[in-house]
Amino acid sequence: MARSFQAVVIGVSTGGVSALAKLLGQLPAEFPLPILIVQHIGPNAGSGLVKLLGERCLLRVKEADEQDEILPGTVYLAPANYHLLVEHGGFLALSADPHVSFARPSVDVLFESAAEVFGPDLIGVVLTGANFDGSRGLRTIKERGGVAIVQDPADAEAQQMPQAALAATGVDYVVALNGLAALLQELASQCATSPRQRGGRDD
Amino acid sequence: MKHAEVADVEIRLLLEGVQQIYGYDFRDYAAASIKRRLTHWLAESAFDTFSQAQSRLLREREVFESLLRGITVNVTEMFRDPEFFRAMREQVVPFLKTYPFVKIWHAGCATGEEAYSMAILLNEEGMAGRYRIYATDINETVLQKASEGVMPIMEMQRFTRNYQKSGGSASFADYYTARYDRAILSAALKKHIVFAPHNLAVDGEFGEMNMVLCRNVMIYFKPALKERCLRLFDSSLLPGGFLCLGLKETLEKRQVGEHYAELSPPLRIYRKRYG
Ligand SMILES: C[S@@+](CC[C@H](N)C(=O)[O-])C[C@H]1O[C@@H](n2cnc3c(N)ncnc32)[C@H](O)[C@@H]1O
Repeated sequence: MARSFQAVVIGVSTGGVSALAKLLGQLPAEFPLPILIVQHIGPNAGSGLVKLLGERCLLRVKEADEQDEILPGTVYLAPANYHLLVEHGGFLALSADPHVSFARPSVDVLFESAAEVFGPDLIGVVLTGANFDGSRGLRTIKERGGVAIVQDPADAEAQQMPQAALAATGVDYVVALNGLAALLQELASQCATSPRQRGGRDD
Repeated sequence: MKHAEVADVEIRLLLEGVQQIYGYDFRDYAAASIKRRLTHWLAESAFDTFSQAQSRLLREREVFESLLRGITVNVTEMFRDPEFFRAMREQVVPFLKTYPFVKIWHAGCATGEEAYSMAILLNEEGMAGRYRIYATDINETVLQKASEGVMPIMEMQRFTRNYQKSGGSASFADYYTARYDRAILSAALKKHIVFAPHNLAVDGEFGEMNMVLCRNVMIYFKPALKERCLRLFDSSLLPGGFLCLGLKETLEKRQVGEHYAELSPPLRIYRKRYG
Protein backbone atom coordinates (compact mmCIF):
# COMPACT_ATOMS: atom_id res chain seq x y z
CA MET A 1 0.00 0.00 0.00
CA ALA A 2 1.42 3.36 -0.93
CA ARG A 3 1.14 5.98 1.70
CA SER A 4 2.94 8.93 3.04
CA PHE A 5 3.80 8.58 6.68
CA GLN A 6 3.94 11.78 8.62
CA ALA A 7 5.15 10.73 12.04
CA VAL A 8 6.32 7.97 14.34
CA VAL A 9 4.94 7.84 17.88
CA ILE A 10 6.65 5.72 20.52
CA GLY A 11 5.44 4.69 23.96
CA VAL A 12 7.84 3.19 26.45
CA SER A 13 8.21 2.79 30.20
CA THR A 14 10.39 0.55 32.35
CA GLY A 15 13.64 -0.12 30.54
CA GLY A 16 12.96 2.76 28.21
CA VAL A 17 16.12 4.76 28.56
CA SER A 18 18.41 2.06 27.23
CA ALA A 19 15.84 0.94 24.63
CA LEU A 20 15.47 4.47 23.28
CA ALA A 21 19.22 5.09 23.31
CA LYS A 22 19.71 1.94 21.27
CA LEU A 23 16.89 2.59 18.83
CA LEU A 24 17.63 6.25 18.19
CA GLY A 25 21.35 5.52 17.99
CA GLN A 26 20.66 3.26 15.01
CA LEU A 27 18.73 5.84 13.01
CA PRO A 28 20.58 7.99 10.47
CA ALA A 29 20.69 11.78 10.69
CA GLU A 30 18.52 12.01 7.59
CA PHE A 31 15.66 9.93 8.99
CA PRO A 32 12.78 11.78 7.36
CA LEU A 33 9.99 11.57 9.95
CA PRO A 34 9.38 13.35 13.22
CA ILE A 35 9.46 11.02 16.23
CA LEU A 36 7.23 11.78 19.20
CA ILE A 37 7.98 9.89 22.39
CA VAL A 38 6.26 9.33 25.69
CA GLN A 39 8.66 7.76 28.15
CA HIS A 40 7.09 7.41 31.59
CA ILE A 41 9.03 9.60 33.98
CA GLY A 42 8.48 10.90 37.49
CA PRO A 43 6.86 14.30 38.04
CA ASN A 44 10.15 15.94 38.93
CA ALA A 45 12.40 14.44 36.29
CA GLY A 46 14.59 17.10 34.76
CA SER A 47 15.86 17.24 31.20
CA GLY A 48 18.50 14.55 31.75
CA LEU A 49 16.87 12.14 29.30
CA VAL A 50 16.85 14.71 26.48
CA LYS A 51 20.53 15.33 26.99
CA LEU A 52 21.42 11.66 27.22
CA LEU A 53 19.51 10.70 24.07
CA GLY A 54 20.83 13.74 22.22
CA GLU A 55 24.34 12.55 22.88
CA ARG A 56 23.61 9.01 21.74
CA CYS A 57 22.07 9.77 18.37
CA LEU A 58 22.40 11.85 15.24
CA LEU A 59 18.90 13.25 15.28
CA ARG A 60 17.89 16.46 16.99
CA VAL A 61 16.33 15.64 20.36
CA LYS A 62 14.29 18.13 22.34
CA GLU A 63 11.74 18.30 25.10
CA ALA A 64 8.38 19.15 23.59
CA ASP A 65 7.21 22.72 24.15
CA GLU A 66 3.66 23.90 23.70
CA GLN A 67 2.98 24.87 20.11
CA ASP A 68 6.21 23.37 18.75
CA GLU A 69 5.92 22.83 15.03
CA ILE A 70 6.40 19.14 14.29
CA LEU A 71 9.51 18.92 12.11
CA PRO A 72 10.99 15.98 10.25
CA GLY A 73 14.10 14.34 11.64
CA THR A 74 13.40 15.68 15.11
CA VAL A 75 12.72 13.72 18.26
CA TYR A 76 10.27 15.23 20.74
CA LEU A 77 10.06 13.93 24.29
CA ALA A 78 7.03 14.56 26.48
CA PRO A 79 7.98 16.68 29.49
CA ALA A 80 7.57 15.36 33.03
CA ASN A 81 4.10 15.93 34.44
CA TYR A 82 2.42 16.95 31.15
CA HIS A 83 0.56 15.02 28.52
CA LEU A 84 1.84 15.46 24.98
CA LEU A 85 -0.76 15.83 22.22
CA VAL A 86 -0.82 16.49 18.50
CA GLU A 87 -2.92 19.36 17.17
CA HIS A 88 -4.32 19.71 13.66
CA GLY A 89 -1.93 21.70 11.49
CA GLY A 90 1.15 19.83 12.67
CA PHE A 91 1.71 21.38 16.07
CA LEU A 92 2.29 19.94 19.50
CA ALA A 93 0.20 20.71 22.55
CA LEU A 94 0.70 19.99 26.22
CA SER A 95 -1.86 19.44 28.91
CA ALA A 96 -1.85 19.13 32.68
CA ASP A 97 -5.10 17.16 32.70
CA PRO A 98 -5.34 14.34 35.25
CA HIS A 99 -3.39 11.14 34.78
CA VAL A 100 -4.60 8.77 32.07
CA SER A 101 -3.86 5.06 32.40
CA PHE A 102 -2.14 6.02 35.67
CA ALA A 103 0.42 8.08 33.82
CA ARG A 104 1.25 11.65 32.92
CA PRO A 105 2.62 11.86 30.34
CA SER A 106 0.44 9.04 29.05
CA VAL A 107 1.14 7.02 25.92
CA ASP A 108 -2.58 6.62 25.25
CA VAL A 109 -3.08 10.40 25.14
CA LEU A 110 -0.27 10.88 22.63
CA PHE A 111 -1.33 7.95 20.46
CA GLU A 112 -5.01 8.86 20.37
CA SER A 113 -4.43 12.49 19.52
CA ALA A 114 -1.81 11.61 16.89
CA ALA A 115 -4.15 9.03 15.32
CA GLU A 116 -6.80 11.70 15.17
CA VAL A 117 -4.58 14.04 13.19
CA PHE A 118 -2.44 11.68 11.09
CA GLY A 119 -4.91 8.84 10.49
CA PRO A 120 -3.33 6.19 8.25
CA ASP A 121 -0.10 8.18 7.91
CA LEU A 122 1.06 7.27 11.39
CA ILE A 123 3.40 4.62 12.76
CA GLY A 124 2.80 3.66 16.39
CA VAL A 125 5.38 1.73 18.39
CA VAL A 126 4.97 0.17 21.85
CA LEU A 127 8.20 -0.82 23.57
CA THR A 128 9.20 -2.26 26.92
CA GLY A 129 7.19 -1.34 30.02
CA ALA A 130 5.58 -2.75 33.15
CA ASN A 131 2.03 -1.42 32.78
CA PHE A 132 -0.85 -1.18 30.31
CA ASP A 133 -0.48 2.33 28.97
CA GLY A 134 -0.39 2.52 25.18
CA SER A 135 -2.59 -0.44 24.32
CA ARG A 136 -5.77 1.59 23.94
CA GLY A 137 -3.87 4.18 21.93
CA LEU A 138 -2.34 1.58 19.64
CA ARG A 139 -5.80 0.18 18.99
CA THR A 140 -6.97 3.65 17.98
CA ILE A 141 -4.02 3.97 15.62
CA LYS A 142 -5.02 0.69 13.99
CA GLU A 143 -8.66 1.74 13.78
CA ARG A 144 -7.56 4.86 11.95
CA GLY A 145 -5.59 2.80 9.46
CA GLY A 146 -2.12 3.47 10.85
CA VAL A 147 0.71 0.98 11.26
CA ALA A 148 1.20 -0.72 14.64
CA ILE A 149 4.55 -2.10 15.78
CA VAL A 150 5.17 -3.84 19.09
CA GLN A 151 8.45 -4.93 20.60
CA ASP A 152 8.59 -8.72 20.90
CA PRO A 153 7.76 -9.29 24.59
CA ALA A 154 10.46 -11.95 24.76
CA ASP A 155 12.95 -9.26 23.76
CA ALA A 156 11.64 -6.57 26.12
CA GLU A 157 13.12 -5.74 29.49
CA ALA A 158 9.54 -5.53 30.84
CA GLN A 159 6.98 -7.58 28.92
CA GLN A 160 3.69 -6.28 30.24
CA MET A 161 3.25 -3.22 28.06
CA PRO A 162 4.04 -5.00 24.75
CA GLN A 163 1.87 -7.92 25.82
CA ALA A 164 -1.05 -5.67 26.71
CA ALA A 165 -0.74 -3.95 23.34
CA LEU A 166 -0.73 -7.28 21.50
CA ALA A 167 -3.81 -8.35 23.44
CA ALA A 168 -5.63 -5.13 22.64
CA THR A 169 -5.25 -5.03 18.88
CA GLY A 170 -3.96 -6.80 15.84
CA VAL A 171 -0.58 -5.37 14.94
CA ASP A 172 1.48 -5.17 11.76
CA TYR A 173 4.90 -6.05 13.13
CA VAL A 174 6.30 -7.73 16.22
CA VAL A 175 10.03 -7.10 16.25
CA ALA A 176 13.10 -7.27 18.45
CA LEU A 177 14.54 -3.90 19.37
CA ASN A 178 17.56 -4.62 17.17
CA GLY A 179 15.46 -4.82 14.04
CA LEU A 180 13.28 -1.79 14.75
CA ALA A 181 15.47 0.97 13.33
CA ALA A 182 15.76 -0.88 10.03
CA LEU A 183 12.00 -1.43 9.90
CA LEU A 184 11.26 2.23 10.57
CA GLN A 185 13.68 3.28 7.87
CA GLU A 186 12.10 0.91 5.41
CA LEU A 187 8.61 2.19 6.18
CA ALA A 188 9.78 5.79 6.02
CA SER A 189 11.54 5.28 2.70
CA GLN A 190 8.33 3.93 1.14
CA CYS A 191 6.84 7.28 1.83
CA ALA A 192 9.75 9.04 0.18
CA THR A 193 9.50 7.04 -3.06
CA SER A 194 5.77 6.62 -3.44
CA PRO A 195 3.65 9.54 -4.46
CA ARG A 196 1.45 11.02 -1.79
CA GLN A 197 -1.82 9.19 -1.75
CA ARG A 198 -4.59 10.74 0.16
CA GLY A 199 -7.16 7.98 -0.03
CA GLY A 200 -10.01 10.32 -0.89
CA ARG A 201 -9.33 12.71 1.95
CA ASP A 202 -8.68 16.22 0.96
CA ASP A 203 -7.58 19.05 3.17
CA MET B 1 -12.24 8.49 8.92
CA LYS B 2 -15.88 9.20 8.31
CA HIS B 3 -16.80 8.74 11.95
CA ALA B 4 -14.15 11.16 13.18
CA GLU B 5 -15.25 13.87 10.83
CA VAL B 6 -18.83 13.62 12.02
CA ALA B 7 -17.69 13.98 15.62
CA ASP B 8 -15.59 17.00 14.69
CA VAL B 9 -18.56 18.66 13.05
CA GLU B 10 -20.75 17.84 16.03
CA ILE B 11 -18.22 19.34 18.41
CA ARG B 12 -18.03 22.52 16.38
CA LEU B 13 -21.81 22.85 16.42
CA LEU B 14 -21.97 22.08 20.09
CA LEU B 15 -19.38 24.69 21.04
CA GLU B 16 -21.13 27.20 18.83
CA GLY B 17 -24.46 26.45 20.54
CA VAL B 18 -22.93 26.69 24.00
CA GLN B 19 -21.42 30.03 23.12
CA GLN B 20 -24.68 31.45 21.83
CA ILE B 21 -26.93 30.17 24.60
CA TYR B 22 -24.69 30.34 27.66
CA GLY B 23 -22.03 32.84 26.64
CA TYR B 24 -19.13 30.49 27.38
CA ASP B 25 -16.75 30.47 24.46
CA PHE B 26 -14.69 27.32 24.10
CA ARG B 27 -14.15 27.66 20.36
CA ASP B 28 -10.66 29.03 20.89
CA TYR B 29 -9.48 26.18 23.06
CA ALA B 30 -6.86 23.80 21.68
CA ALA B 31 -8.81 21.16 19.78
CA ALA B 32 -6.99 18.03 20.92
CA SER B 33 -7.52 18.58 24.65
CA ILE B 34 -11.08 19.81 24.35
CA LYS B 35 -12.02 16.89 22.17
CA ARG B 36 -10.55 14.45 24.69
CA ARG B 37 -12.55 15.97 27.47
CA LEU B 38 -15.77 16.21 25.47
CA THR B 39 -15.44 12.61 24.39
CA HIS B 40 -14.87 11.62 27.99
CA TRP B 41 -17.92 13.61 29.09
CA LEU B 42 -20.04 11.97 26.38
CA ALA B 43 -18.92 8.49 27.40
CA GLU B 44 -19.98 9.17 31.00
CA SER B 45 -23.26 10.76 29.97
CA ALA B 46 -26.52 9.15 28.98
CA PHE B 47 -26.10 10.26 25.36
CA ASP B 48 -24.74 8.26 22.44
CA THR B 49 -23.66 11.14 20.26
CA PHE B 50 -23.00 14.86 20.59
CA SER B 51 -25.94 15.55 18.31
CA GLN B 52 -28.18 13.66 20.65
CA ALA B 53 -26.84 15.59 23.64
CA GLN B 54 -27.20 18.93 21.86
CA SER B 55 -30.95 19.29 22.24
CA ARG B 56 -31.01 18.95 26.01
CA LEU B 57 -27.71 20.70 26.40
CA LEU B 58 -29.11 23.87 24.88
CA ARG B 59 -32.33 23.73 26.89
CA GLU B 60 -31.32 22.43 30.30
CA ARG B 61 -28.89 24.37 32.40
CA GLU B 62 -27.94 21.30 34.47
CA VAL B 63 -26.80 19.44 31.40
CA PHE B 64 -24.66 22.40 30.45
CA GLU B 65 -23.25 22.63 33.99
CA SER B 66 -22.18 19.02 33.81
CA LEU B 67 -20.52 19.67 30.48
CA LEU B 68 -18.78 22.71 31.94
CA ARG B 69 -17.45 20.63 34.80
CA GLY B 70 -16.22 18.10 32.27
CA ILE B 71 -14.35 20.52 30.06
CA THR B 72 -12.76 22.87 32.52
CA VAL B 73 -9.99 21.09 34.28
CA ASN B 74 -9.39 22.50 37.71
CA VAL B 75 -6.52 20.41 39.05
CA THR B 76 -4.30 22.50 41.24
CA GLU B 77 -2.28 22.23 44.45
CA MET B 78 -0.79 24.39 47.12
CA PHE B 79 2.78 25.43 46.33
CA ARG B 80 2.53 23.66 42.97
CA ASP B 81 6.03 23.59 41.47
CA PRO B 82 7.83 24.35 44.75
CA GLU B 83 10.89 25.72 42.94
CA PHE B 84 8.67 28.43 41.45
CA PHE B 85 7.52 29.51 44.90
CA ARG B 86 11.10 29.42 46.14
CA ALA B 87 12.10 31.83 43.39
CA MET B 88 9.07 33.95 44.25
CA ARG B 89 10.22 34.15 47.84
CA GLU B 90 13.87 34.75 47.12
CA GLN B 91 13.86 36.81 43.94
CA VAL B 92 10.49 38.51 43.52
CA VAL B 93 9.38 39.38 47.04
CA PRO B 94 12.41 41.64 47.63
CA PHE B 95 11.14 43.81 44.74
CA LEU B 96 7.53 43.70 45.96
CA LYS B 97 8.63 44.83 49.41
CA THR B 98 9.85 48.11 48.01
CA TYR B 99 6.21 49.11 47.43
CA PRO B 100 3.96 50.28 50.24
CA PHE B 101 1.12 48.14 48.85
CA VAL B 102 0.92 45.56 46.06
CA LYS B 103 -1.92 44.20 43.96
CA ILE B 104 -1.75 40.66 42.58
CA TRP B 105 -4.02 38.92 40.08
CA HIS B 106 -4.31 35.13 39.87
CA ALA B 107 -6.09 34.49 36.56
CA GLY B 108 -7.54 30.97 36.39
CA CYS B 109 -7.21 30.35 40.13
CA ALA B 110 -9.38 27.19 40.17
CA THR B 111 -10.10 26.17 43.79
CA GLY B 112 -7.73 28.81 45.14
CA GLU B 113 -4.71 26.79 46.28
CA GLU B 114 -2.28 29.00 44.38
CA ALA B 115 -3.70 32.23 45.81
CA TYR B 116 -3.66 30.84 49.35
CA SER B 117 -0.07 29.74 48.87
CA MET B 118 0.83 33.26 47.82
CA ALA B 119 -0.90 34.71 50.89
CA ILE B 120 1.05 32.37 53.17
CA LEU B 121 4.30 33.30 51.49
CA LEU B 122 3.67 37.06 51.62
CA ASN B 123 2.59 36.92 55.27
CA GLU B 124 5.74 35.00 56.15
CA GLU B 125 7.85 37.55 54.33
CA GLY B 126 6.42 40.34 56.44
CA MET B 127 3.96 41.73 53.91
CA ALA B 128 0.75 41.00 55.84
CA GLY B 129 -1.69 43.86 55.36
CA ARG B 130 0.32 45.27 52.44
CA TYR B 131 -1.21 43.32 49.59
CA ARG B 132 -4.49 42.42 47.97
CA ILE B 133 -4.96 39.31 45.85
CA TYR B 134 -7.62 39.16 43.13
CA ALA B 135 -8.26 35.54 42.25
CA THR B 136 -10.49 34.90 39.27
CA ASP B 137 -11.82 31.98 37.28
CA ILE B 138 -14.43 31.28 34.62
CA ASN B 139 -15.99 28.49 36.67
CA GLU B 140 -18.19 29.69 39.52
CA THR B 141 -18.40 26.28 41.16
CA VAL B 142 -14.66 26.26 41.79
CA LEU B 143 -14.73 29.89 42.91
CA GLN B 144 -17.32 29.01 45.53
CA LYS B 145 -15.02 26.27 46.78
CA ALA B 146 -12.08 28.62 46.68
CA SER B 147 -13.75 31.21 48.86
CA GLU B 148 -14.68 28.56 51.42
CA GLY B 149 -11.02 27.63 51.77
CA VAL B 150 -11.75 24.05 52.72
CA MET B 151 -9.65 21.18 51.37
CA PRO B 152 -9.53 17.43 51.73
CA ILE B 153 -7.30 16.64 54.69
CA MET B 154 -5.58 13.86 52.79
CA GLU B 155 -4.06 16.46 50.45
CA MET B 156 -2.34 18.24 53.29
CA GLN B 157 0.61 15.90 53.48
CA ARG B 158 1.49 16.57 49.86
CA PHE B 159 0.92 20.32 50.26
CA THR B 160 3.13 20.35 53.35
CA ARG B 161 5.93 18.70 51.41
CA ASN B 162 5.53 21.23 48.61
CA TYR B 163 5.56 24.06 51.14
CA GLN B 164 8.77 22.84 52.71
CA LYS B 165 10.45 22.32 49.35
CA SER B 166 9.51 25.87 48.42
CA GLY B 167 11.57 27.18 51.33
CA GLY B 168 8.77 27.52 53.88
CA SER B 169 10.06 27.02 57.41
CA ALA B 170 7.05 27.61 59.64
CA SER B 171 4.75 24.84 60.79
CA PHE B 172 2.35 24.30 57.90
CA ALA B 173 -0.25 22.78 60.22
CA ASP B 174 -0.68 26.20 61.81
CA TYR B 175 -2.35 27.42 58.63
CA TYR B 176 -5.39 25.16 58.93
CA THR B 177 -7.70 23.44 61.36
CA ALA B 178 -8.46 19.77 60.81
CA ARG B 179 -12.13 18.88 61.02
CA TYR B 180 -12.92 15.23 60.22
CA ASP B 181 -11.71 14.69 56.66
CA ARG B 182 -11.34 18.38 55.89
CA ALA B 183 -8.75 21.07 56.41
CA ILE B 184 -10.15 24.55 56.99
CA LEU B 185 -7.72 27.30 56.11
CA SER B 186 -7.25 30.01 58.71
CA ALA B 187 -9.22 33.21 58.34
CA ALA B 188 -6.04 35.28 58.34
CA LEU B 189 -5.21 33.85 54.90
CA LYS B 190 -8.58 34.71 53.38
CA LYS B 191 -8.65 38.28 54.61
CA HIS B 192 -6.76 39.80 51.70
CA ILE B 193 -8.04 37.63 48.87
CA VAL B 194 -11.00 38.57 46.69
CA PHE B 195 -12.47 35.75 44.58
CA ALA B 196 -14.43 36.85 41.52
CA PRO B 197 -15.66 35.45 38.20
CA HIS B 198 -13.69 36.56 35.16
CA ASN B 199 -13.58 35.00 31.71
CA LEU B 200 -10.26 35.47 29.94
CA ALA B 201 -11.90 34.98 26.57
CA VAL B 202 -14.26 37.96 26.87
CA ASP B 203 -13.70 40.09 29.99
CA GLY B 204 -11.45 43.10 30.43
CA GLU B 205 -8.35 44.03 32.34
CA PHE B 206 -7.66 44.52 36.05
CA GLY B 207 -5.84 47.82 36.45
CA GLU B 208 -2.48 48.62 38.03
CA MET B 209 -1.31 45.19 39.06
CA ASN B 210 2.17 44.58 40.45
CA MET B 211 1.98 40.91 39.56
CA VAL B 212 -0.16 38.67 37.39
CA LEU B 213 -0.06 34.88 37.64
CA CYS B 214 -1.70 32.79 34.95
CA ARG B 215 -0.31 29.30 35.27
CA ASN B 216 -1.53 26.22 33.44
CA VAL B 217 -4.50 28.00 31.96
CA MET B 218 -3.33 29.28 28.57
CA ILE B 219 -1.74 25.98 27.56
CA TYR B 220 -5.28 24.96 26.66
CA PHE B 221 -5.88 27.97 24.43
CA LYS B 222 -5.33 28.42 20.72
CA PRO B 223 -2.65 30.96 19.78
CA ALA B 224 -5.09 33.83 19.13
CA LEU B 225 -6.70 33.48 22.55
CA LYS B 226 -3.27 33.25 24.16
CA GLU B 227 -2.33 36.52 22.53
CA ARG B 228 -5.53 38.09 23.79
CA CYS B 229 -4.81 37.02 27.36
CA LEU B 230 -1.24 38.23 27.22
CA ARG B 231 -2.36 41.65 25.94
CA LEU B 232 -4.84 41.76 28.80
CA PHE B 233 -2.14 40.96 31.35
CA ASP B 234 0.25 43.40 29.74
CA SER B 235 -2.23 46.25 29.99
CA SER B 236 -3.06 45.30 33.58
CA LEU B 237 0.56 45.31 34.74
CA LEU B 238 2.50 48.31 35.98
CA PRO B 239 6.00 48.78 34.57
CA GLY B 240 8.38 46.73 36.70
CA GLY B 241 5.54 44.31 37.47
CA PHE B 242 5.83 40.53 37.24
CA LEU B 243 4.12 38.05 34.97
CA CYS B 244 4.22 34.38 35.98
CA LEU B 245 3.32 31.54 33.62
CA GLY B 246 3.23 27.76 34.00
CA LEU B 247 6.52 25.92 33.75
CA LYS B 248 5.89 24.83 30.17
CA GLU B 249 4.59 28.19 28.91
CA THR B 250 6.78 30.96 27.55
CA LEU B 251 6.66 34.47 26.12
CA GLU B 252 8.97 33.38 23.33
CA LYS B 253 7.40 34.16 19.95
CA ARG B 254 4.68 36.21 21.69
CA GLN B 255 3.87 39.74 20.64
CA VAL B 256 4.18 41.19 24.13
CA GLY B 257 7.42 39.27 24.71
CA GLU B 258 9.67 42.18 23.93
CA HIS B 259 8.27 44.19 26.84
CA TYR B 260 9.55 41.57 29.28
CA ALA B 261 12.78 40.13 30.62
CA GLU B 262 12.83 36.65 32.09
CA LEU B 263 13.92 36.73 35.70
CA SER B 264 15.01 33.16 36.40
CA PRO B 265 14.82 31.34 33.10
CA PRO B 266 13.34 27.92 33.66
CA LEU B 267 10.70 29.17 36.08
CA ARG B 268 8.80 31.47 33.71
CA ILE B 269 8.84 34.58 35.86
CA TYR B 270 8.96 37.65 33.63
CA ARG B 271 9.43 41.28 34.58
CA LYS B 272 7.83 44.06 32.59
CA ARG B 273 10.35 46.62 31.39
CA TYR B 274 10.11 50.27 32.24
CA GLY B 275 9.19 52.38 29.20
C1 LIG C 1 -5.44 23.75 35.59
S1 LIG C 1 -6.29 25.06 36.41
C2 LIG C 1 -4.91 26.05 36.94
C3 LIG C 1 -4.96 26.42 38.39
C4 LIG C 1 -3.76 27.15 38.95
N1 LIG C 1 -3.50 28.39 38.24
C5 LIG C 1 -2.54 26.26 38.96
O1 LIG C 1 -1.64 26.44 38.13
O2 LIG C 1 -2.47 25.36 39.79
C6 LIG C 1 -6.99 25.97 35.05
C7 LIG C 1 -8.12 26.89 35.44
O3 LIG C 1 -8.37 27.81 34.37
C8 LIG C 1 -9.74 28.07 34.32
N2 LIG C 1 -10.13 28.61 33.01
C9 LIG C 1 -10.29 27.94 31.85
N3 LIG C 1 -10.71 28.76 30.88
C10 LIG C 1 -10.80 30.00 31.44
C11 LIG C 1 -11.18 31.28 30.94
N4 LIG C 1 -11.54 31.45 29.67
N5 LIG C 1 -11.16 32.33 31.78
C12 LIG C 1 -10.79 32.17 33.08
N6 LIG C 1 -10.42 30.98 33.62
C13 LIG C 1 -10.42 29.91 32.80
C14 LIG C 1 -10.37 26.73 34.64
O4 LIG C 1 -11.70 26.88 35.11
C15 LIG C 1 -9.42 26.17 35.70
O5 LIG C 1 -9.89 26.45 37.00
